[in-house]
Amino acid sequence: MADGKTSSIRALGSRLLDRAEPLIKGVIYVSGWSSILFVAAIFFFIFKEAAPVLSSVDWGSFFFENRWIPNPADENKAPSYGAAGIIYGTFAITVVSMLIAMPLGLAAAVYISEFATGKTKEILKILVELLAAIPSIIWGFIGLVIMSPIIQWVFGVEVGVNLFNASLMVAFMAIPLIVSISEDSLRAVPDSYREAALALGASRWEMIYRVLFPAAKNGLLAAAMLGVGRAVGETMAVWMASGGTEQFGLLFDRVKAMTATIASEMKDTAHGDEHYQMLFVIGIVLLIICVIINVLSDLVIKGVKKKHS
Amino acid sequence: MDSSTTSQANPAGASAPEGAGQMSIRTRDVDLFYGDFQALFGVSVDIKPNIITSLIGPSGCGKTTLLRSFNRINERYGNVTTRGTIEILGKNIYDADVSLPELRKSVGMVFQRPNPLPISIYENIIFGLRSHTPKPELGRRGDLDDIVESALREVQLWEVTKNRLKDRATTLTLEQQQKLCIARLLPLKPQVILMDEPCSALDADGIERVEELISELRERFTIVMVTHNMGQAKRASDECIYMYLGKIIEHAPTAELFLNPREEQTAMYIEGRYG
Ligand SMILES: Nc1ncnc2c1ncn2[C@@H]1O[C@H](COP(=O)(O)OP(=O)(O)O)[C@@H](O)[C@H]1O
Ligand SMILES: [Mg+2]
Repeated sequence: MADGKTSSIRALGSRLLDRAEPLIKGVIYVSGWSSILFVAAIFFFIFKEAAPVLSSVDWGSFFFENRWIPNPADENKAPSYGAAGIIYGTFAITVVSMLIAMPLGLAAAVYISEFATGKTKEILKILVELLAAIPSIIWGFIGLVIMSPIIQWVFGVEVGVNLFNASLMVAFMAIPLIVSISEDSLRAVPDSYREAALALGASRWEMIYRVLFPAAKNGLLAAAMLGVGRAVGETMAVWMASGGTEQFGLLFDRVKAMTATIASEMKDTAHGDEHYQMLFVIGIVLLIICVIINVLSDLVIKGVKKKHS
Repeated sequence: MDSSTTSQANPAGASAPEGAGQMSIRTRDVDLFYGDFQALFGVSVDIKPNIITSLIGPSGCGKTTLLRSFNRINERYGNVTTRGTIEILGKNIYDADVSLPELRKSVGMVFQRPNPLPISIYENIIFGLRSHTPKPELGRRGDLDDIVESALREVQLWEVTKNRLKDRATTLTLEQQQKLCIARLLPLKPQVILMDEPCSALDADGIERVEELISELRERFTIVMVTHNMGQAKRASDECIYMYLGKIIEHAPTAELFLNPREEQTAMYIEGRYG
Protein backbone atom coordinates (compact mmCIF):
# COMPACT_ATOMS: atom_id res chain seq x y z
CA MET A 1 0.00 0.00 0.00
CA ALA A 2 2.56 2.55 1.19
CA ASP A 3 4.72 1.57 -1.72
CA GLY A 4 1.93 2.16 -4.15
CA LYS A 5 1.28 5.55 -2.60
CA THR A 6 4.85 6.80 -2.79
CA SER A 7 5.21 5.55 -6.31
CA SER A 8 2.03 7.33 -7.39
CA ILE A 9 3.28 10.52 -5.70
CA ARG A 10 6.53 10.11 -7.49
CA ALA A 11 4.69 9.61 -10.76
CA LEU A 12 2.68 12.75 -10.11
CA GLY A 13 5.86 14.65 -9.27
CA SER A 14 7.53 13.56 -12.44
CA ARG A 15 4.43 14.39 -14.44
CA LEU A 16 4.41 17.90 -12.92
CA LEU A 17 8.08 18.19 -13.71
CA ASP A 18 7.36 17.19 -17.29
CA ARG A 19 4.78 19.93 -17.46
CA ALA A 20 7.07 22.45 -15.82
CA GLU A 21 10.03 21.67 -17.95
CA PRO A 22 9.15 23.94 -20.86
CA LEU A 23 8.43 26.68 -18.32
CA ILE A 24 11.81 26.24 -16.60
CA LYS A 25 13.49 26.14 -19.94
CA GLY A 26 11.71 29.33 -20.90
CA VAL A 27 12.80 31.13 -17.73
CA ILE A 28 16.42 30.14 -18.26
CA TYR A 29 16.22 31.12 -21.88
CA VAL A 30 14.76 34.51 -21.10
CA SER A 31 17.31 35.19 -18.34
CA GLY A 32 20.11 34.37 -20.73
CA TRP A 33 18.82 36.59 -23.48
CA SER A 34 17.80 39.36 -21.12
CA SER A 35 21.42 40.05 -20.20
CA ILE A 36 22.11 40.71 -23.85
CA LEU A 37 18.91 42.72 -24.03
CA PHE A 38 20.00 44.87 -21.09
CA VAL A 39 23.33 45.67 -22.65
CA ALA A 40 21.64 46.58 -25.89
CA ALA A 41 19.14 48.68 -23.99
CA ILE A 42 21.87 50.56 -22.16
CA PHE A 43 23.53 51.40 -25.46
CA PHE A 44 20.21 52.35 -26.97
CA PHE A 45 19.18 54.75 -24.21
CA ILE A 46 22.52 56.44 -23.88
CA PHE A 47 22.69 56.95 -27.61
CA LYS A 48 19.09 58.10 -27.63
CA GLU A 49 19.74 60.77 -25.01
CA ALA A 50 22.75 62.03 -26.90
CA ALA A 51 21.31 61.54 -30.35
CA PRO A 52 20.00 65.05 -31.10
CA VAL A 53 23.41 66.56 -30.50
CA LEU A 54 25.56 63.85 -32.10
CA SER A 55 25.34 65.31 -35.59
CA SER A 56 26.23 68.82 -34.47
CA VAL A 57 29.08 67.99 -32.06
CA ASP A 58 32.34 69.66 -33.01
CA TRP A 59 34.43 66.51 -32.54
CA GLY A 60 37.71 68.29 -33.13
CA SER A 61 36.98 70.66 -30.33
CA PHE A 62 35.54 67.89 -28.14
CA PHE A 63 38.64 65.74 -28.28
CA PHE A 64 41.42 68.30 -28.65
CA GLU A 65 40.36 71.50 -26.93
CA ASN A 66 40.28 72.07 -23.22
CA ARG A 67 37.35 74.48 -23.07
CA TRP A 68 34.47 72.96 -21.16
CA ILE A 69 32.11 75.96 -20.68
CA PRO A 70 28.52 74.69 -20.81
CA ASN A 71 27.12 77.83 -19.16
CA PRO A 72 29.18 80.86 -20.17
CA ALA A 73 29.00 83.77 -17.73
CA ASP A 74 28.45 86.10 -20.67
CA GLU A 75 24.94 85.30 -21.86
CA ASN A 76 25.79 86.28 -25.42
CA LYS A 77 28.59 83.78 -25.82
CA ALA A 78 27.89 80.29 -27.13
CA PRO A 79 28.70 77.42 -24.76
CA SER A 80 31.81 75.45 -25.57
CA TYR A 81 32.34 71.71 -25.14
CA GLY A 82 36.05 71.02 -25.48
CA ALA A 83 36.54 67.92 -23.34
CA ALA A 84 40.25 67.30 -23.83
CA GLY A 85 41.06 68.32 -20.25
CA ILE A 86 38.39 66.00 -18.90
CA ILE A 87 39.44 63.08 -21.07
CA TYR A 88 43.02 63.76 -20.00
CA GLY A 89 41.89 63.66 -16.36
CA THR A 90 40.45 60.16 -16.76
CA PHE A 91 43.52 59.03 -18.67
CA ALA A 92 45.96 60.48 -16.13
CA ILE A 93 44.15 59.04 -13.13
CA THR A 94 44.06 55.65 -14.84
CA VAL A 95 47.77 55.66 -15.65
CA VAL A 96 48.95 56.93 -12.27
CA SER A 97 46.63 54.68 -10.30
CA MET A 98 47.77 51.64 -12.28
CA LEU A 99 51.42 52.56 -11.75
CA ILE A 100 50.66 52.35 -8.05
CA ALA A 101 48.20 49.46 -8.02
CA MET A 102 49.85 47.00 -10.36
CA PRO A 103 53.20 46.56 -8.62
CA LEU A 104 51.57 46.56 -5.19
CA GLY A 105 48.78 44.25 -6.26
CA LEU A 106 51.14 41.84 -7.95
CA ALA A 107 53.51 41.85 -4.99
CA ALA A 108 50.64 41.14 -2.63
CA ALA A 109 49.39 38.33 -4.88
CA VAL A 110 52.86 36.77 -4.98
CA TYR A 111 53.16 37.04 -1.24
CA ILE A 112 49.78 35.46 -0.63
CA SER A 113 50.20 32.68 -3.15
CA GLU A 114 53.89 31.82 -2.70
CA PHE A 115 55.05 32.88 0.75
CA ALA A 116 52.18 33.14 3.20
CA THR A 117 50.99 29.90 4.77
CA GLY A 118 48.21 28.73 7.02
CA LYS A 119 46.54 31.41 9.12
CA THR A 120 48.45 34.34 7.63
CA LYS A 121 47.29 33.37 4.19
CA GLU A 122 43.66 33.08 5.23
CA ILE A 123 43.73 36.39 7.08
CA LEU A 124 45.32 38.19 4.15
CA LYS A 125 42.75 36.84 1.74
CA ILE A 126 39.94 37.98 4.01
CA LEU A 127 41.54 41.42 4.31
CA VAL A 128 41.74 41.71 0.53
CA GLU A 129 38.07 40.83 0.28
CA LEU A 130 37.23 43.40 2.94
CA LEU A 131 39.19 46.01 1.03
CA ALA A 132 37.13 45.19 -2.03
CA ALA A 133 33.95 45.67 -0.06
CA ILE A 134 34.65 49.28 0.95
CA PRO A 135 32.22 51.51 -0.99
CA SER A 136 33.80 54.09 -3.21
CA ILE A 137 32.15 56.96 -1.36
CA ILE A 138 34.20 55.95 1.67
CA TRP A 139 37.36 56.12 -0.40
CA GLY A 140 36.31 59.55 -1.61
CA PHE A 141 35.79 60.57 1.97
CA ILE A 142 39.18 59.24 2.98
CA GLY A 143 40.78 61.09 0.08
CA LEU A 144 39.06 64.33 0.94
CA VAL A 145 39.36 64.32 4.70
CA ILE A 146 42.38 62.18 5.56
CA MET A 147 44.63 61.90 2.54
CA SER A 148 44.37 65.50 1.44
CA PRO A 149 45.99 67.06 4.53
CA ILE A 150 48.56 64.26 4.60
CA ILE A 151 49.54 65.00 0.99
CA GLN A 152 49.72 68.71 1.75
CA TRP A 153 51.94 68.04 4.72
CA VAL A 154 54.20 65.37 3.22
CA PHE A 155 54.74 66.96 -0.17
CA GLY A 156 54.38 70.58 0.88
CA VAL A 157 51.77 71.32 -1.78
CA GLU A 158 48.92 73.80 -1.50
CA VAL A 159 46.09 71.60 -2.68
CA GLY A 160 45.63 68.11 -1.29
CA VAL A 161 42.89 67.03 -3.65
CA ASN A 162 44.67 66.40 -6.91
CA LEU A 163 45.69 63.83 -9.48
CA PHE A 164 47.86 62.01 -6.96
CA ASN A 165 45.17 61.81 -4.31
CA ALA A 166 42.52 60.55 -6.73
CA SER A 167 44.94 58.03 -8.22
CA LEU A 168 45.84 56.76 -4.79
CA MET A 169 42.19 56.20 -3.91
CA VAL A 170 41.50 54.50 -7.24
CA ALA A 171 44.61 52.37 -6.70
CA PHE A 172 43.30 51.23 -3.34
CA MET A 173 40.06 50.25 -5.01
CA ALA A 174 41.76 48.43 -7.87
CA ILE A 175 44.30 46.60 -5.71
CA PRO A 176 41.90 43.99 -4.27
CA LEU A 177 40.72 43.18 -7.76
CA ILE A 178 44.26 42.88 -9.09
CA VAL A 179 45.36 40.83 -6.08
CA SER A 180 42.56 38.32 -6.25
CA ILE A 181 42.77 37.71 -9.99
CA SER A 182 46.57 37.58 -9.98
CA GLU A 183 46.51 35.25 -7.02
CA ASP A 184 44.06 32.98 -8.79
CA SER A 185 46.23 32.79 -11.85
CA LEU A 186 49.41 32.17 -9.84
CA ARG A 187 47.67 29.45 -7.90
CA ALA A 188 46.55 27.87 -11.16
CA VAL A 189 50.19 27.30 -12.16
CA PRO A 190 50.84 23.59 -11.60
CA ASP A 191 52.99 22.89 -8.60
CA SER A 192 55.17 20.65 -10.73
CA TYR A 193 56.59 23.75 -12.43
CA ARG A 194 57.65 25.13 -9.09
CA GLU A 195 59.29 21.86 -8.12
CA ALA A 196 61.03 21.60 -11.47
CA ALA A 197 62.55 25.05 -11.12
CA LEU A 198 63.52 24.62 -7.47
CA ALA A 199 65.01 21.19 -8.08
CA LEU A 200 67.21 22.71 -10.78
CA GLY A 201 68.60 25.00 -8.11
CA ALA A 202 66.62 28.13 -8.89
CA SER A 203 66.01 30.40 -5.92
CA ARG A 204 62.46 31.16 -4.93
CA TRP A 205 62.60 34.57 -6.58
CA GLU A 206 64.02 33.14 -9.77
CA MET A 207 61.30 30.54 -9.75
CA ILE A 208 58.72 33.31 -9.41
CA TYR A 209 59.89 35.58 -12.17
CA ARG A 210 61.31 33.03 -14.57
CA VAL A 211 58.58 30.40 -14.28
CA LEU A 212 55.48 31.63 -12.49
CA PHE A 213 55.15 35.00 -14.18
CA PRO A 214 55.46 33.64 -17.72
CA ALA A 215 53.16 30.74 -16.89
CA ALA A 216 50.54 33.01 -15.33
CA LYS A 217 51.07 35.78 -17.85
CA ASN A 218 47.57 35.84 -19.30
CA GLY A 219 45.87 35.89 -15.95
CA LEU A 220 48.14 38.68 -14.78
CA LEU A 221 47.34 40.66 -17.90
CA ALA A 222 43.65 40.13 -17.36
CA ALA A 223 44.04 41.38 -13.80
CA ALA A 224 45.75 44.51 -15.08
CA MET A 225 43.06 45.05 -17.66
CA LEU A 226 40.25 44.74 -15.13
CA GLY A 227 42.16 47.15 -12.90
CA VAL A 228 42.23 49.63 -15.76
CA GLY A 229 38.51 49.15 -16.26
CA ARG A 230 37.95 49.88 -12.58
CA ALA A 231 40.03 53.04 -12.80
CA VAL A 232 38.33 54.36 -15.91
CA GLY A 233 34.86 53.79 -14.52
CA GLU A 234 35.36 54.99 -10.94
CA THR A 235 33.27 58.05 -10.17
CA MET A 236 32.62 58.94 -6.57
CA ALA A 237 36.11 58.75 -5.11
CA VAL A 238 37.54 60.45 -8.14
CA TRP A 239 35.02 63.23 -7.90
CA MET A 240 35.82 63.86 -4.25
CA ALA A 241 39.59 63.47 -4.33
CA SER A 242 40.65 64.90 -7.67
CA GLY A 243 39.95 68.58 -7.15
CA GLY A 244 37.57 68.87 -10.08
CA THR A 245 39.35 71.29 -12.40
CA GLU A 246 39.56 70.31 -16.03
CA GLN A 247 43.15 70.94 -17.00
CA PHE A 248 46.27 69.06 -18.10
CA GLY A 249 47.38 68.86 -14.49
CA LEU A 250 50.57 67.32 -13.18
CA LEU A 251 50.77 64.98 -10.20
CA PHE A 252 49.85 67.56 -7.55
CA ASP A 253 47.43 69.60 -9.66
CA ARG A 254 43.68 69.38 -9.63
CA VAL A 255 42.18 67.34 -12.44
CA LYS A 256 38.68 66.31 -13.45
CA ALA A 257 37.56 62.96 -14.81
CA MET A 258 34.84 62.08 -17.30
CA THR A 259 32.79 60.15 -14.78
CA ALA A 260 32.95 62.88 -12.18
CA THR A 261 32.01 65.48 -14.78
CA ILE A 262 28.84 63.63 -15.66
CA ALA A 263 27.93 63.03 -12.04
CA SER A 264 28.62 66.54 -10.88
CA GLU A 265 27.06 68.48 -13.74
CA MET A 266 23.93 66.49 -14.33
CA LYS A 267 22.07 68.50 -11.72
CA ASP A 268 22.88 71.75 -13.55
CA THR A 269 21.16 70.64 -16.73
CA ALA A 270 17.58 70.66 -17.83
CA HIS A 271 16.42 67.35 -19.19
CA GLY A 272 17.14 67.33 -22.91
CA ASP A 273 19.13 70.56 -23.19
CA GLU A 274 22.43 70.72 -24.98
CA HIS A 275 24.54 70.44 -21.83
CA TYR A 276 22.57 67.36 -20.84
CA GLN A 277 23.13 65.80 -24.23
CA MET A 278 26.84 66.59 -24.18
CA LEU A 279 27.16 64.81 -20.84
CA PHE A 280 25.68 61.80 -22.57
CA VAL A 281 28.26 62.16 -25.32
CA ILE A 282 30.93 61.88 -22.65
CA GLY A 283 29.02 58.85 -21.40
CA ILE A 284 29.17 57.28 -24.85
CA VAL A 285 32.90 57.80 -25.09
CA LEU A 286 33.33 56.29 -21.64
CA LEU A 287 31.15 53.34 -22.56
CA ILE A 288 33.14 52.70 -25.71
CA ILE A 289 36.41 52.80 -23.77
CA CYS A 290 35.03 50.33 -21.24
CA VAL A 291 33.74 48.00 -23.92
CA ILE A 292 37.13 47.99 -25.62
CA ILE A 293 38.89 47.22 -22.34
CA ASN A 294 36.44 44.45 -21.60
CA VAL A 295 36.74 42.86 -25.00
CA LEU A 296 40.51 43.01 -24.75
CA SER A 297 40.58 41.37 -21.33
CA ASP A 298 38.10 38.79 -22.53
CA LEU A 299 40.37 37.89 -25.43
CA VAL A 300 43.28 37.64 -23.02
CA ILE A 301 41.35 35.38 -20.66
CA LYS A 302 40.26 33.21 -23.58
CA GLY A 303 43.94 32.90 -24.38
CA VAL A 304 44.46 31.49 -20.89
CA LYS A 305 41.82 28.84 -21.34
CA LYS A 306 43.11 27.76 -24.71
CA LYS A 307 46.58 27.25 -23.33
CA HIS A 308 45.31 25.23 -20.40
CA SER A 309 43.17 22.81 -22.36
CA MET B 1 74.35 -2.60 5.57
CA ASP B 2 77.27 -4.69 4.50
CA SER B 3 76.05 -5.35 1.03
CA SER B 4 79.41 -4.46 -0.52
CA THR B 5 80.84 -7.77 0.66
CA THR B 6 78.40 -9.73 -1.45
CA SER B 7 78.91 -8.11 -4.78
CA GLN B 8 79.52 -11.19 -6.92
CA ALA B 9 75.84 -11.32 -7.72
CA ASN B 10 75.89 -7.70 -8.71
CA PRO B 11 75.87 -7.23 -12.48
CA ALA B 12 77.70 -3.95 -12.07
CA GLY B 13 80.04 -5.48 -9.53
CA ALA B 14 83.05 -4.52 -11.59
CA SER B 15 82.34 -0.86 -11.22
CA ALA B 16 81.37 -1.01 -7.55
CA PRO B 17 83.78 0.94 -5.40
CA GLU B 18 86.62 -0.89 -3.69
CA GLY B 19 86.96 1.53 -0.79
CA ALA B 20 83.73 1.35 1.15
CA GLY B 21 84.40 4.88 2.36
CA GLN B 22 83.68 6.27 -1.08
CA MET B 23 79.95 6.44 -0.65
CA SER B 24 77.94 8.85 -2.69
CA ILE B 25 75.09 9.21 -0.24
CA ARG B 26 75.41 8.22 3.38
CA THR B 27 72.57 8.74 5.81
CA ARG B 28 72.67 8.18 9.54
CA ASP B 29 69.63 7.81 11.78
CA VAL B 30 67.36 9.93 9.66
CA ASP B 31 63.94 10.56 11.18
CA LEU B 32 61.53 12.65 9.17
CA PHE B 33 58.24 14.13 10.32
CA TYR B 34 55.43 15.75 8.40
CA GLY B 35 54.02 17.76 11.28
CA ASP B 36 53.38 15.10 13.94
CA PHE B 37 53.39 12.23 11.49
CA GLN B 38 56.67 10.33 11.35
CA ALA B 39 57.38 9.13 7.80
CA LEU B 40 61.00 7.91 8.20
CA PHE B 41 62.44 6.00 11.14
CA GLY B 42 66.17 5.87 11.76
CA VAL B 43 67.17 5.49 8.14
CA SER B 44 70.86 4.67 7.78
CA VAL B 45 71.91 3.76 4.30
CA ASP B 46 75.01 3.95 2.11
CA ILE B 47 74.52 4.46 -1.59
CA LYS B 48 77.41 3.75 -3.90
CA PRO B 49 78.49 5.98 -6.73
CA ASN B 50 78.09 5.08 -10.39
CA ILE B 51 75.45 2.45 -9.98
CA ILE B 52 71.69 2.49 -10.01
CA THR B 53 70.09 1.93 -6.64
CA SER B 54 66.37 1.20 -6.58
CA LEU B 55 64.08 2.11 -3.73
CA ILE B 56 61.23 -0.39 -3.56
CA GLY B 57 58.42 -1.04 -1.15
CA PRO B 58 54.67 -0.78 -0.84
CA SER B 59 52.94 2.50 -1.51
CA GLY B 60 53.23 4.96 1.37
CA CYS B 61 56.33 3.37 2.88
CA GLY B 62 58.40 6.53 2.49
CA LYS B 63 60.33 6.01 -0.77
CA THR B 64 59.45 9.39 -2.17
CA THR B 65 60.01 11.02 1.18
CA LEU B 66 63.51 9.57 1.48
CA LEU B 67 64.37 10.49 -2.10
CA ARG B 68 63.13 14.03 -1.65
CA SER B 69 65.21 14.51 1.45
CA PHE B 70 68.36 13.96 -0.63
CA ASN B 71 67.91 17.32 -2.34
CA ARG B 72 65.93 18.87 0.49
CA ILE B 73 63.01 19.62 -1.80
CA ASN B 74 60.87 18.16 0.99
CA GLU B 75 61.30 21.38 2.88
CA ARG B 76 58.95 23.20 0.56
CA TYR B 77 56.11 21.88 2.63
CA GLY B 78 57.11 23.96 5.63
CA ASN B 79 55.93 21.40 8.20
CA VAL B 80 58.80 19.00 7.61
CA THR B 81 61.31 18.22 10.36
CA THR B 82 64.37 16.14 9.57
CA ARG B 83 66.76 14.70 12.16
CA GLY B 84 69.99 12.82 11.64
CA THR B 85 72.58 13.38 8.93
CA ILE B 86 72.59 12.94 5.19
CA GLU B 87 76.05 13.18 3.70
CA ILE B 88 76.35 13.60 0.01
CA LEU B 89 79.91 13.33 -1.30
CA GLY B 90 81.19 13.72 2.21
CA LYS B 91 79.23 16.78 3.26
CA ASN B 92 76.20 16.84 5.54
CA ILE B 93 73.57 18.55 3.46
CA TYR B 94 71.65 19.59 6.55
CA ASP B 95 74.54 21.71 7.82
CA ALA B 96 73.71 25.36 8.22
CA ASP B 97 76.25 26.51 5.63
CA VAL B 98 74.85 24.40 2.80
CA SER B 99 73.44 26.40 -0.08
CA LEU B 100 70.30 24.86 -1.51
CA PRO B 101 70.95 26.01 -5.10
CA GLU B 102 74.43 24.45 -4.95
CA LEU B 103 73.10 21.25 -3.44
CA ARG B 104 70.45 20.97 -6.11
CA LYS B 105 72.98 21.69 -8.79
CA SER B 106 74.91 18.57 -7.85
CA VAL B 107 71.84 16.52 -6.94
CA GLY B 108 69.41 16.57 -9.84
CA MET B 109 65.88 15.23 -9.76
CA VAL B 110 63.50 13.62 -12.25
CA PHE B 111 59.85 13.54 -11.24
CA GLN B 112 57.10 10.99 -11.50
CA ARG B 113 55.17 13.01 -14.05
CA PRO B 114 57.34 14.67 -16.67
CA ASN B 115 57.40 18.34 -15.73
CA PRO B 116 59.16 20.35 -18.40
CA LEU B 117 58.81 24.07 -17.78
CA PRO B 118 56.30 25.92 -19.96
CA ILE B 119 59.08 27.51 -21.99
CA SER B 120 60.94 26.39 -25.09
CA ILE B 121 62.83 23.12 -25.37
CA TYR B 122 66.04 25.14 -25.68
CA GLU B 123 65.34 27.23 -22.59
CA ASN B 124 64.43 24.15 -20.60
CA ILE B 125 67.87 22.71 -21.21
CA ILE B 126 69.73 25.83 -20.12
CA PHE B 127 67.33 26.84 -17.36
CA GLY B 128 69.64 25.49 -14.69
CA LEU B 129 72.73 27.05 -16.23
CA ARG B 130 71.07 30.44 -16.24
CA SER B 131 70.39 30.08 -12.54
CA HIS B 132 73.88 29.02 -11.68
CA THR B 133 76.00 31.19 -13.93
CA PRO B 134 76.34 34.94 -13.67
CA LYS B 135 75.13 36.51 -16.89
CA PRO B 136 78.50 37.64 -18.28
CA GLU B 137 79.94 34.14 -17.87
CA LEU B 138 77.02 32.39 -19.43
CA GLY B 139 78.87 32.19 -22.68
CA ARG B 140 78.00 33.13 -26.18
CA ARG B 141 75.00 31.94 -28.07
CA GLY B 142 77.15 29.40 -29.90
CA ASP B 143 78.40 27.83 -26.68
CA LEU B 144 74.88 27.53 -25.37
CA ASP B 145 73.80 25.98 -28.66
CA ASP B 146 76.52 23.37 -28.24
CA ILE B 147 75.47 22.64 -24.69
CA VAL B 148 71.86 22.22 -25.75
CA GLU B 149 72.82 19.96 -28.62
CA SER B 150 75.01 17.69 -26.59
CA ALA B 151 72.46 17.40 -23.77
CA LEU B 152 69.75 16.48 -26.25
CA ARG B 153 72.03 14.03 -28.03
CA GLU B 154 72.75 12.23 -24.79
CA VAL B 155 69.06 11.50 -24.32
CA GLN B 156 68.47 10.68 -28.00
CA LEU B 157 66.23 13.66 -28.50
CA TRP B 158 68.42 15.70 -30.80
CA GLU B 159 67.17 14.26 -34.05
CA VAL B 160 63.51 14.86 -33.23
CA THR B 161 63.92 18.27 -31.68
CA LYS B 162 66.71 19.92 -33.62
CA ASN B 163 64.27 21.73 -35.91
CA ARG B 164 61.88 22.77 -33.19
CA LEU B 165 64.06 23.92 -30.34
CA LYS B 166 61.96 27.06 -30.00
CA ASP B 167 58.74 25.10 -29.51
CA ARG B 168 57.22 24.84 -26.10
CA ALA B 169 58.55 21.81 -24.29
CA THR B 170 55.01 20.87 -23.35
CA THR B 171 54.27 20.06 -27.00
CA LEU B 172 56.52 16.98 -26.82
CA THR B 173 55.17 13.50 -26.13
CA LEU B 174 55.34 12.28 -22.55
CA GLU B 175 58.30 10.06 -23.32
CA GLN B 176 60.14 12.92 -24.97
CA GLN B 177 59.24 15.21 -22.09
CA GLN B 178 60.69 12.80 -19.58
CA LYS B 179 63.88 12.51 -21.62
CA LEU B 180 64.03 16.29 -21.73
CA CYS B 181 63.67 16.38 -17.97
CA ILE B 182 66.74 14.16 -17.78
CA ALA B 183 68.59 16.18 -20.40
CA ARG B 184 68.10 19.47 -18.59
CA LEU B 185 70.07 18.12 -15.63
CA LEU B 186 73.14 17.33 -17.69
CA PRO B 187 74.52 20.84 -18.33
CA LEU B 188 74.79 21.27 -14.56
CA LYS B 189 77.04 18.21 -14.35
CA PRO B 190 75.32 16.73 -11.32
CA GLN B 191 76.89 13.94 -9.31
CA VAL B 192 73.66 12.37 -8.17
CA ILE B 193 70.41 11.99 -10.07
CA LEU B 194 67.27 11.18 -8.10
CA MET B 195 64.35 9.66 -9.99
CA ASP B 196 60.89 9.17 -8.57
CA GLU B 197 59.12 6.49 -10.59
CA PRO B 198 60.45 8.05 -13.78
CA CYS B 199 58.57 5.70 -16.07
CA SER B 200 55.22 5.48 -14.37
CA ALA B 201 53.58 7.94 -16.76
CA LEU B 202 54.89 6.21 -19.89
CA ASP B 203 53.63 3.43 -22.13
CA ALA B 204 55.51 0.16 -22.57
CA ASP B 205 57.74 1.40 -25.39
CA GLY B 206 58.48 4.58 -23.51
CA ILE B 207 59.38 2.62 -20.39
CA GLU B 208 61.81 0.48 -22.33
CA ARG B 209 63.58 3.38 -23.99
CA VAL B 210 63.77 5.53 -20.87
CA GLU B 211 65.08 2.56 -18.89
CA GLU B 212 67.76 2.07 -21.51
CA LEU B 213 68.69 5.70 -21.24
CA ILE B 214 68.92 5.51 -17.46
CA SER B 215 71.16 2.46 -17.78
CA GLU B 216 73.50 4.35 -20.03
CA LEU B 217 73.73 7.20 -17.56
CA ARG B 218 74.76 5.03 -14.64
CA GLU B 219 78.42 5.14 -15.48
CA ARG B 220 78.69 8.84 -14.89
CA PHE B 221 76.21 9.44 -12.11
CA THR B 222 74.94 8.04 -8.90
CA ILE B 223 71.37 7.17 -9.66
CA VAL B 224 68.74 6.58 -7.02
CA MET B 225 65.44 5.46 -8.49
CA VAL B 226 62.13 4.89 -6.78
CA THR B 227 60.06 2.27 -8.54
CA HIS B 228 56.95 0.30 -7.77
CA ASN B 229 57.65 -1.97 -10.69
CA MET B 230 59.54 -5.09 -9.59
CA GLY B 231 60.48 -5.91 -13.14
CA GLN B 232 62.06 -2.53 -13.55
CA ALA B 233 63.96 -2.82 -10.32
CA LYS B 234 65.30 -6.21 -11.47
CA ARG B 235 66.16 -5.10 -14.97
CA ALA B 236 67.54 -1.67 -14.35
CA SER B 237 69.16 -1.53 -10.95
CA ASP B 238 72.38 -2.74 -9.46
CA GLU B 239 71.31 -2.55 -5.85
CA CYS B 240 67.93 -2.50 -4.21
CA ILE B 241 66.70 -1.02 -0.99
CA TYR B 242 63.48 -2.44 0.37
CA MET B 243 61.53 -0.11 2.63
CA TYR B 244 58.52 -0.78 4.79
CA LEU B 245 56.63 1.68 6.99
CA GLY B 246 59.38 4.27 6.92
CA LYS B 247 62.21 1.86 7.74
CA ILE B 248 64.92 0.31 5.65
CA ILE B 249 64.35 -3.43 5.79
CA GLU B 250 67.00 -4.69 3.44
CA HIS B 251 69.68 -3.28 1.17
CA ALA B 252 71.45 -5.69 -1.14
CA PRO B 253 72.65 -6.22 -4.69
CA THR B 254 69.57 -6.58 -6.86
CA ALA B 255 70.03 -10.20 -7.88
CA GLU B 256 70.66 -11.25 -4.32
CA LEU B 257 67.70 -9.37 -2.93
CA PHE B 258 65.38 -10.96 -5.44
CA LEU B 259 66.83 -14.48 -5.41
CA ASN B 260 67.72 -14.76 -1.84
CA PRO B 261 66.19 -12.10 0.38
CA ARG B 262 67.59 -12.05 3.88
CA GLU B 263 64.47 -10.70 5.53
CA GLU B 264 61.12 -12.42 5.75
CA GLN B 265 59.32 -9.14 4.94
CA THR B 266 61.29 -8.62 1.78
CA ALA B 267 60.49 -12.11 0.62
CA MET B 268 56.82 -11.57 1.30
CA TYR B 269 56.77 -8.34 -0.64
CA ILE B 270 58.59 -9.78 -3.62
CA GLU B 271 56.49 -12.91 -3.67
CA GLY B 272 53.30 -10.96 -3.06
CA ARG B 273 53.97 -9.14 -6.23
CA TYR B 274 55.34 -12.06 -8.13
CA GLY B 275 53.90 -15.11 -6.42
N1 LIG C 1 53.50 16.38 2.26
C1 LIG C 1 53.10 15.43 3.11
N2 LIG C 1 52.46 15.76 4.24
C2 LIG C 1 52.06 14.82 5.11
N3 LIG C 1 52.27 13.51 4.96
C3 LIG C 1 52.91 13.10 3.85
C4 LIG C 1 53.37 14.04 2.87
N4 LIG C 1 53.98 13.35 1.87
C5 LIG C 1 53.90 12.06 2.23
N5 LIG C 1 53.26 11.89 3.40
C6 LIG C 1 53.03 10.62 4.10
O1 LIG C 1 54.27 10.01 4.32
C7 LIG C 1 54.21 8.63 4.06
C8 LIG C 1 55.24 8.26 3.00
O2 LIG C 1 54.83 8.81 1.77
P1 LIG C 1 55.70 8.67 0.45
O3 LIG C 1 57.08 9.01 0.77
O4 LIG C 1 55.03 9.48 -0.59
O5 LIG C 1 55.54 7.12 0.14
P2 LIG C 1 55.87 6.31 -1.17
O6 LIG C 1 56.60 7.20 -2.13
O7 LIG C 1 56.69 5.16 -0.70
O8 LIG C 1 54.56 5.85 -1.71
C9 LIG C 1 52.80 8.33 3.64
O9 LIG C 1 52.11 7.82 4.76
C10 LIG C 1 52.24 9.65 3.24
O10 LIG C 1 50.87 9.73 3.52
MG1 LIG D 1 56.02 7.85 -4.12
